[in-house]
Amino acid sequence: MDTNAWVLLGVAVIVVGFLLRIDAIAVVIIAAMTTALIAGVSFGDFLDEIGTAFVNNRSVSLFLLTLPMIALSERYGLKEQAVALIKRLNGLSPGRFLWIYTAVRQLTGIFGIRISGMVQFVRPIVQPMGSAAADENGLRTDENDERIKANSALAENIGNFFGQNGFVAASGVLLIAGTLTDLGYQVSPEKVAAASLPMIAIACVFAAVYFGILGRRLRRARAAEETVDE
Amino acid sequence: MNDIGPHLLSGMYVLIGVLLALTAVRAILDRSNPRRWTTGAFWLLLAFTFAFGAVVPAWVVGVAVLALGALSLARGVKVGTLQEGTDEEKEAGARRLGNWLFLPALSLAAIAVAIATWAPFGESSGTLSIGVASILALLIAWALTRAPAKVVLGQSDRLIQQVGPVGMLPQFLAMLGVVFTAAGVGNVVADLIAGIVPEGNKFAGVLAYCIGMAVFTAVVGNAFAAFTVITAGIGVPFVIALGGDPVVAGALGMTAGFCGTLITPMAANFNALPVALLEMKDNNGVIKAQAPIAAALFITHVVLMYLWVF
Repeated sequence: MDTNAWVLLGVAVIVVGFLLRIDAIAVVIIAAMTTALIAGVSFGDFLDEIGTAFVNNRSVSLFLLTLPMIALSERYGLKEQAVALIKRLNGLSPGRFLWIYTAVRQLTGIFGIRISGMVQFVRPIVQPMGSAAADENGLRTDENDERIKANSALAENIGNFFGQNGFVAASGVLLIAGTLTDLGYQVSPEKVAAASLPMIAIACVFAAVYFGILGRRLRRARAAEETVDE
Repeated sequence: MNDIGPHLLSGMYVLIGVLLALTAVRAILDRSNPRRWTTGAFWLLLAFTFAFGAVVPAWVVGVAVLALGALSLARGVKVGTLQEGTDEEKEAGARRLGNWLFLPALSLAAIAVAIATWAPFGESSGTLSIGVASILALLIAWALTRAPAKVVLGQSDRLIQQVGPVGMLPQFLAMLGVVFTAAGVGNVVADLIAGIVPEGNKFAGVLAYCIGMAVFTAVVGNAFAAFTVITAGIGVPFVIALGGDPVVAGALGMTAGFCGTLITPMAANFNALPVALLEMKDNNGVIKAQAPIAAALFITHVVLMYLWVF
């Protein structure tokens, strides 16, 4: 295989295209075309190459088959039921509440329940309940309000990122399996999902420690404000 | 029984083709969608590649891929009027079914793992398990909700359109990975890295792979795109080629990339959207909060990968 360093232009196309927020699918195709043409592939062979590669990687989009079931469950109140369960968590300290949300969000990921968490959960439920918990515990200050907002988003992101790959049909898992198979290593999705579980458990423990520290900081900030008030 | 694996898998892809074609037809018939023809064309072309991709000449699919890119670039794919269902209907459903609503999703995961473990379909069991489990879980959801067929189809269309072209990005990235590999991009990156990373040093390889994933993800804002480039360029030559388990390397490499997502303004959906939604004062407030836990998780990735992958 000749190693023509100019093929790195394809990588540059990806970086620049994503930085400029140009349509992602188009950027990927342009990067492929740039790379192949620089490598000396004819246009006809390029069409054959991407056609074969696209069809051979259909397994990466197998998650599409899971959508009708999820959509139907949503239509009959899946989200509403999840909200009802989370609302039962009142009476906790803000740190404890946010940790439990993180863990619940990890579980939804492991079971493949797709949630656009920021819009559907964080804004309408998690942040208001976090603030309410701060109120009940006498921790409400302007500074703490901002902390709870940022950490509601953190809980969602950590729960989402360190949960989704525990599911065999997650698109990330399918991409890992597909890419490594293309590179010559036979890798199946359920093994990738299983190998993702230890990090998911570790993230859950880290979140527990982190939110424990957050609770202490919220109390200290409130105490500091009281000293200023006096 | 092993022989039916590949046929069953083709059947799954045809089924996806049917789902996508239904979305295409509904999009074209939806007069409220200002771009209904181009939207319909996108989903129909995609349906074609799934249903017939393996039986037509490869260049035909290649042309379809270029057309999909052009339609997406021209902002031709829009979401029209979807069958949402009212809040009252959803709340009534939640009251009637309660926690049973989680059963279909839980059974999907359980059935998929069971099939993959017992491998009744030979080599393709891992992939097939997802398809078979999806269909069985849909039947469970259908039996549970007793929804009219019209609602099932309408809902499938709704979620496919909401997931949209963005949901297809991983498949395009996997395709790009094949083109990169054929052109030797991985080798060029590997040659560059070889100047920095001591050859044959396992720890240096793991460190380079994890840093590469996190930094490239932070730059492009997308761990999936980083995975395509960095795994071929660093993960394979500096970790897997030294005897590293590809499954462990891939799984941890991807989530090492997620640590980069936590600290980059490029990942707007995760770090900027909440700033707006929650009306926060500090534009970087989410990133600042996430930085310490992202750093701790990243270091853990390096250590865990080093201890586990070899």
